[in-house]
Amino acid sequence: MNVLLDNLSLYGKGLLGTVELTVFASLLALVLGFLMAAFRVAPVGSLRAFGTAWVTVLRNTPLTLLFFAVVLGLPRFGFVLPFNLFAILALGCYTSAFICEAVRSGINTVPVGQGEAARSLGMTFPQTLGGIVLPQAFRSVIPPIGSTLIALAKNSAIAGAFSVTELLGVYKPLSELGYSIIWTFVWIAVGYLIVTLTISALFNVLEKRYGVAR
Amino acid sequence: MTTALYDVPGPRTKARHRLYGLVSTVLILALIGWVLYLLFATGQFTAPKWTPFTYKGIQELLLRGLGNTLKAFALAAVLSLALGGVLATGRLSEHRALRWVCTLLVEFFRAMPVLVMIFFIYVALKAEPLIALVAGLTLYNGSVLAEVFRTGVHSVDRGQREAAYALGMGKTQVMTHVLVPQAVRAMLPAIISQLVVALKDTSLGYLITYEEFLHAGKLIASNLDYDLPFIPVVMIISPIYIGMCMLLSWLAYWVSKRQRRNPKVEGVEVAAPEPGTLLPGGHQPPR
Repeated sequence: MNVLLDNLSLYGKGLLGTVELTVFASLLALVLGFLMAAFRVAPVGSLRAFGTAWVTVLRNTPLTLLFFAVVLGLPRFGFVLPFNLFAILALGCYTSAFICEAVRSGINTVPVGQGEAARSLGMTFPQTLGGIVLPQAFRSVIPPIGSTLIALAKNSAIAGAFSVTELLGVYKPLSELGYSIIWTFVWIAVGYLIVTLTISALFNVLEKRYGVAR
Repeated sequence: MTTALYDVPGPRTKARHRLYGLVSTVLILALIGWVLYLLFATGQFTAPKWTPFTYKGIQELLLRGLGNTLKAFALAAVLSLALGGVLATGRLSEHRALRWVCTLLVEFFRAMPVLVMIFFIYVALKAEPLIALVAGLTLYNGSVLAEVFRTGVHSVDRGQREAAYALGMGKTQVMTHVLVPQAVRAMLPAIISQLVVALKDTSLGYLITYEEFLHAGKLIASNLDYDLPFIPVVMIISPIYIGMCMLLSWLAYWVSKRQRRNPKVEGVEVAAPEPGTLLPGGHQPPR
């Protein structure tokens, strides 16, 4: 207990770092993921190929390797950014591949008849997409996106090993100060539980409000 | 291709799509060109950065790293399958206390970042890097696999279980003779997909100085004598990592495709485990 009370500001900073990483990387992942999903269902072959390559490569890359390449490799190209921006970039790009697949399978769950019916009513492409297909697709992708973002929050722990201030990194100064390592980790675990449970609760609310029972 | 999104294109739309295709191809090529320009402009293809890879010592270092990666993966795979089996048996048990303990363990290990567990075992329990890595991976992947096994057994048609009980089989017999053999076929793709996750996560060993593939790469990359060949190292080790994972992913895909044609597994399908789906109060994946 003492570990937490004595070092509340250190833990707070770590938790804040994790939350910050999670929020910004999630935003990047959602934007890129939806873009890649749009590419993958596009009628244009080269965009489809680009989307497929993006997803295949990133899904099969170990995140540690991606962090290594981004944090230690990009500066060799002359891109020098703060470490947390690098971490957001790596986490966001990695997660976007999983978001893309979730969104794509969501679009595939919309029955073809829905689009056909919309077209036969004389709706234009934007009307079909925006009014009929996407709202239905959006509803069925809420749960998988939720679990992908929980995975992102957990993956953000890797950033701590690449000089980013976040929750797991807290253990180092504390063990140097001689605090009980076991208790240090107990509170780190509680911190991660708070973050993941919050995301889980948020998506439960979203699903209750917008989800659809098929 | 049939999607809900658009009709079969007519001649004018086809022409328009060709134009879009041309523009996007040019843009993608421009992007690749820019990356190549950056590579050349920052001197990534100069001799001093690449000659080290012709040295025998360096090659052996990389091979040793790869061997260590595969060793950790093999250990983690076998142990997580075993742990998954034990935890799933516990969750399917008729004893309430046992069921509760196993549920608690599964949910906890799935909710924790793997790296936190690995660091805990490495730092607090002072284990060897290999042991910490394998133990962390086993706890996490074992819990996820336990869920896969459990949903797999549940996904077998109820009539099978009922028929077996009606024949007078005991619970253990129903499990081992009727349910598990059928479930295993259906679960195989999901199990292999989870092994891809384990393979990818072996690279976390790098962070606790386990001498695996990425660790070997880092050693070479930070060598001043070779002019810090970070980019060449990334260019050599990432295709190998990605290739190994893709091979395993492809195996999972191939198995699931073959099974879809197999009448014996008709109607039984186990979805790939999603990372951390079943948090307490969280969403239950569709069965």
